[in-house]
Amino acid sequence: MANNDSTSKTITVALLLCIVCSVVVSTAAVMLKPAQVANKKLDFNRNILAAAGLLEESKSVDEQFAQIATKWVDLNTGKFTDAVNADSKYDQRKASKDPAQSTELSGKEDLAKISRRENISEVYLVEGANGIETVILPIKGYGLWSTLYGFLALGSDMNTVVGMGFYEHGETPGLGGEVDNPNWKSQWVDKKVYAADGSVALGVVKGKAATGSEHDIDGLSGATLTGRGVDNLIKFWLGENGYADFLANLKKGEA
Amino acid sequence: MKVKELLFKPILESNPIALQILGICSALAVTSSLNVTLVMCVALTVVTAFANLFVSLVRNQIPGSIRIIVQMTIIASLVIVVDQVLKAVAYDLSKQLSVFVGLIITNCIVMGRAEAFAMKNGPGASFLDGIGNGLGYSAMLIALATIRELLGSGKLLGYEVLPLVTDGGWYVSNGLLLLPPSAFFLIGLIIWGLRAFQPAQVEEEEFKICPNTVKEA
Repeated sequence: MANNDSTSKTITVALLLCIVCSVVVSTAAVMLKPAQVANKKLDFNRNILAAAGLLEESKSVDEQFAQIATKWVDLNTGKFTDAVNADSKYDQRKASKDPAQSTELSGKEDLAKISRRENISEVYLVEGANGIETVILPIKGYGLWSTLYGFLALGSDMNTVVGMGFYEHGETPGLGGEVDNPNWKSQWVDKKVYAADGSVALGVVKGKAATGSEHDIDGLSGATLTGRGVDNLIKFWLGENGYADFLANLKKGEA
Repeated sequence: MKVKELLFKPILESNPIALQILGICSALAVTSSLNVTLVMCVALTVVTAFANLFVSLVRNQIPGSIRIIVQMTIIASLVIVVDQVLKAVAYDLSKQLSVFVGLIITNCIVMGRAEAFAMKNGPGASFLDGIGNGLGYSAMLIALATIRELLGSGKLLGYEVLPLVTDGGWYVSNGLLLLPPSAFFLIGLIIWGLRAFQPAQVEEEEFKICPNTVKEA
């Protein structure tokens, strides 16, 4: 006991402890990695289905996801691109930070506070007998504490919202976290994105939306800043720096 | 008798939150819904028990000068392992708990029990002490979460119990209960109740306030 406090003993104990702990932690991380990645992918796909309003709890996510086609869009031209495909393992989140694959946004353009926007975005299409029925667009932007990642699904007229949902965020549970509230999310359905003059009118307002409003979503009480963040990211991603060109092309059938 | 004491004494008689006043921060943060609370309780109990066990096993080798850091390293490693396991097997729940699992590292209960109990007692007793304090923490959190979720959002474990006005029911939810400070009020009330029930828990006053000697003008 007495010589526990000698310098050599102190260093030995510290060193041994660190080695043992790091081995334990890294073993756990490596062993559990495949399960975690699979969970993440499954959750991602489930959220795409949920945004499109196609999710059925009784069927497996993989089975349901088969009806969805994944495509890539060049956001600068607003057209589909072949630059990446399913085999190239395109990582959109990484691309948005890579200067070679993204565009810097000026302060004025950067409504969603994401500082860089990737050039190519993955989109998901549900095709029916009469062409595209639903298009699901990934959206993201800064709320109060964190970046919110989610999906917005639009109907065949590229103007009517089919569904909206976030799959990753770090907002305060019970306040900003209420963006996950099913009742709040259900308000988005059937709202129109664009006003008559072509500007993005869809957004979250402060307080209650006027009855019968085509574009307004109720604000979340106690979550003004998260609500504003959601409003900004919608305005950004559906605006000219986001998917506006792509949606216009898609509507004309020229994408 | 000893086992029973180690396991159940922390629930009412020396509750880590109500008497030792440890671990208040997470008690405020995760108790707005019962579901999340339950996972947090299990995670904390596991971490406290194993942290106590491992600290106790090496207690005779730990140099006094770095003992806090040694305890911290053990606790942090355990928390990371728990977080990884949650992400692998209960992904949805780990998403809801998000940062709070990581914050178990800074939960004073784990650290407090490692320093106060595991450094002086054998591994078996320490392990039980960890579980006991985990149970004490859980009892308090479950009580808080039940009240907060029921009266704050009219639900229990996500199932509707009191139909809300906003959904066409009759119950007007109490928004305050969804906010962290409400847990402060509830903890205060529970501590008051406990001490009224067991006066032995009331601390002696550290000093007496003298009567006012200056005459009012």
